[in-house]
Amino acid sequence: MTDLATTVDARVALPQRPGRRRAPWSLLGVVPFFAFALMFLVIPTTYLVVGSFQDQAGHLTAQNYLDLAQPRPANAYMVSIEISLVTAILGGILGFLLAYAVISGGLPRPIRTVVMTFSGVASNFAGVPLALAFMFTIGRTGFISVFLRTVLGWDIYGSGFTIYSKLGLEIVYLYFQLPLMVLIIAPAIDGLKKEWREASENAGASTFQYWRHIALPILMPSLLGSMILLFGNSFGAQATAFALTGGFIPLVTILIGSQLSGDTLGNQNLGYALAMGMVAIMGVTLVAYSWLSRRAERWQR
Amino acid sequence: MTGEVDRLHGEFEQLTGPTAPPSRRGPGGRPWASWVVLLLSLAYFFLPLVGTLLYSLREQPFLAAYAEMARDPQILSTLTYSFAIGVITIIVSIVLLVPTAFWVRLRLPRLRPIVEFVTLLPFVVPPIVLVFGLISTYSGPPLPFTGTNTGSDVLLTCAYVVLSFPYMYRSIDAGLRTIDIRTLTEASQSLGAGWFTLLWRVILPNLRVSILSGAFLTLAIVVGEFTIANFLARPMFATYLQLISGNLAYEPAAVALISFGITWAAMGLIALVGRGSQAKVELTGAH
Repeated sequence: MTDLATTVDARVALPQRPGRRRAPWSLLGVVPFFAFALMFLVIPTTYLVVGSFQDQAGHLTAQNYLDLAQPRPANAYMVSIEISLVTAILGGILGFLLAYAVISGGLPRPIRTVVMTFSGVASNFAGVPLALAFMFTIGRTGFISVFLRTVLGWDIYGSGFTIYSKLGLEIVYLYFQLPLMVLIIAPAIDGLKKEWREASENAGASTFQYWRHIALPILMPSLLGSMILLFGNSFGAQATAFALTGGFIPLVTILIGSQLSGDTLGNQNLGYALAMGMVAIMGVTLVAYSWLSRRAERWQR
Repeated sequence: MTGEVDRLHGEFEQLTGPTAPPSRRGPGGRPWASWVVLLLSLAYFFLPLVGTLLYSLREQPFLAAYAEMARDPQILSTLTYSFAIGVITIIVSIVLLVPTAFWVRLRLPRLRPIVEFVTLLPFVVPPIVLVFGLISTYSGPPLPFTGTNTGSDVLLTCAYVVLSFPYMYRSIDAGLRTIDIRTLTEASQSLGAGWFTLLWRVILPNLRVSILSGAFLTLAIVVGEFTIANFLARPMFATYLQLISGNLAYEPAAVALISFGITWAAMGLIALVGRGSQAKVELTGAH
């Protein structure tokens, strides 16, 4: 009876059935990948998740997440979010301007290729060498600081500026944020059809009106999405800030680092919660980005 | 003919007042604005490089910082170590991801979103969190990776393989999309090829170009990576640069320039390999 039912079923759903039967065997093909991901990504992350819900004696608790409101963790999130927001918005605007200039700004075509290639390099040029490059340039003895002091008589360090500060870090972060924006916004700018501009001009629209009513609304999802991506990019950054200021600027990544090397919070489990808060923010960032980029694609067909 | 069009255009302008310029001409038709944006950006991008170069030349006699760098055996050894880890990372990543991506396309299309999701996870788990988790998990029994140098090397490489997932999977999957794997599979199997022969001699050669771009990007990221290497105390290039930047005056400037050159070389190779395809979106997040 059961056999008959199976046979009939098999005949009806012929294309699906063999695949489903063989499924357990063909699943073996992806076992190495999932085993690797489990071991070096999922289990370590889960370890942090579990630890973040335990107190130091191992009992279940949500106290660690409440403790994120303590001054040090809360301040770390604030500083990280502030720096990420500033560099995402500034990098986004400046990167868009640069991308627009080289793509449809009437510049010779080869310039576009050069700028795009350079953006690929600069968006990956980060961490220790980037921090050093800025120290050598506008650090206390960097050539720009020296030039301003000796030639123009303007001592920027005397007037309170230092590269080892929040502002300094933001200037450094822009070095990889801006080119990343150029790379990710370029397809959207390419998608702005010439016909739209011509049509709006024929209808008597001014340049301002064209941007206000046509170009910006079309670009908005891409612009927002890209800036969100930039936000995540700088939120997760650790090496550049560490190399530039040691641990002086209390970013979340820096605090996690010092917790990892020296248990500065005095509570391992609070450290886990700190890391999980970061993962949560990165997750929201990525979801928002993918939602916006799907909206943006509508205009890029 | 052109003259005729120009004349008509002129008449049209007389009738309607000056028309807006052709849209090729940029923001409000002012190429000078584009030049200003471009030159300011170039200044911002090149000044730090110029600053580093000038700084590296401050030491007397001429090029002394570079001579020091050449004499420093640790530069070569950390560079060699970083490149070795980078190459092993790429090989492991290819061995792991090519069969997976192939198999998922051929037999398990329903699993694709899950595999894709897993390969994107490294964007959500930043390197600092990843290394935090790895050290917490594997510093004690049952698997005390961090107890030995070899164990730490393995852990470092595996962490980098995880970091490479998004780039490598995306480039491999994009490569698979352009070839007819079903036909290739049937053809090679009817000629008596096993799975290994099929992957090694048929699929892999077809994916060469797309794999290379992901591989060079991975190499650039690994050679410059600091966070994970630092916490696992591995003698990578970036950790060594950080170390000497605290002790030496001018040599770090020379080394930083070399580091920039390496990134240039990797990106140049990507551009060379992937000529014709548009710029790839790179979210590295490993800074």
